[in-house]
Amino acid sequence: MAGAKEIKSKIGSINNTRKITSAMEKVAVSKMRRAQERVAHSRPYAEGMRKVIGNIANGTLEYRHPFLTERPVKNVGYIVISTDRGLCGGLNTNEFKRVMIDLRTWKEQGVNAEFAVIGNKATAFFKRFGGKVVAQQVGSGDTPRLADVIGTVRVMLNEYSEGKIDRLFLVYNNFVNTMKQEPVIEQLLPLPKAEMSARSHSWDYIYEPDPKAILDKLLDRYVESQVYQGVVENAASEQAARMVAMKAATDNAGSLMDDLKLVYNKARQAAITQELSEIVGGAAAV
Amino acid sequence: MAMTVQLDVVSAEEKIFSGLVESIQVTGSEGELGILPGHIPLLTGIKPGMVRIVKQFGEEHLIYVAGGVLEVQPHTITVLADVAVRAEDLDEQAALAAQKSATEAMQHAGADFNYAEAAAQLAEAIAQLRLIQKLRKK
Repeated sequence: MAGAKEIKSKIGSINNTRKITSAMEKVAVSKMRRAQERVAHSRPYAEGMRKVIGNIANGTLEYRHPFLTERPVKNVGYIVISTDRGLCGGLNTNEFKRVMIDLRTWKEQGVNAEFAVIGNKATAFFKRFGGKVVAQQVGSGDTPRLADVIGTVRVMLNEYSEGKIDRLFLVYNNFVNTMKQEPVIEQLLPLPKAEMSARSHSWDYIYEPDPKAILDKLLDRYVESQVYQGVVENAASEQAARMVAMKAATDNAGSLMDDLKLVYNKARQAAITQELSEIVGGAAAV
Repeated sequence: MAMTVQLDVVSAEEKIFSGLVESIQVTGSEGELGILPGHIPLLTGIKPGMVRIVKQFGEEHLIYVAGGVLEVQPHTITVLADVAVRAEDLDEQAALAAQKSATEAMQHAGADFNYAEAAAQLAEAIAQLRLIQKLRKK
């Protein structure tokens, strides 16, 4: 019965793994719910911001902010948001693949790229890949704060203002639903042109202290809020992907255990049969 | 019944207040502001401080904001509040920390799996130290 013993210990270890994966699944489910709430909470701000910026674009404005003007593209910047931890299926891999495809089209046009990374996985990936990483932020955990992204965003905004990059993109996993998360690349700068609605009369804000100062402040915050929104979306996607991955792992462990149990029982039965036939054979010989 | 105007106070992390108000008082970047319904369009920065809201039917409400932007339209007022006190140098500091963290993570070849984590912790510690030094100077 040597084989049976080995199989039995194997079943035990698979059972332990299954316990872990099913616990992780349950944790991911509850974390996902909270992450989704956070996504919903951060939406009003982005909407309010978009409304104000839309109004500014519609108003008659004498000052052109650099964030609003297109310029020829020589260098591009990416802010790549990834997870800090693994075991969430192909979430990060798919996202990085998407970036690589995008990057190739830029390379063909002779455009260089630099990156700002958020999350451990992106850091590790771009270290291996050898891209030019100018800023990094890790360890946001399950409750990302706006303060976490300010530094990274600031670096990229400075690069943009200094003309080191001519376009800025944001890459993250968009949370569509529990089963579906898709990597998206959004253009942050220059601001994509919104369609102008026709207005009956032209008007403008009173600006205090002056349009430039207020617009600077507003656009910085707009970009930050977009990145923050990306971070919370990505966090929700992470939990959803982990939940699905862990559910699959738990199911697989279950079916593997069933198979092994069958093999184990067969081996046990074979051993009993053999023992019996040996006894019968022995008795016949006597 | 007093005239009212729709007010939304939102921060990047949550919606703080939404409803009809009779008037609000905020500290703008240029001074105290009291805003009543039907105000002409105004866009201004706000300083960290209290926002005093008089809700419909005269109930008062105080909210603390750590700066932000105030947008006024005749029928809507939006306060885009910051979640933390922001200053030029503090932002710059966060930026430096992010850069430093990146260079360290990239330079150290043959680093093991946990390297990124260590780099993050180091950057965090340095940032905190700087903040402490800054506070001591004051």
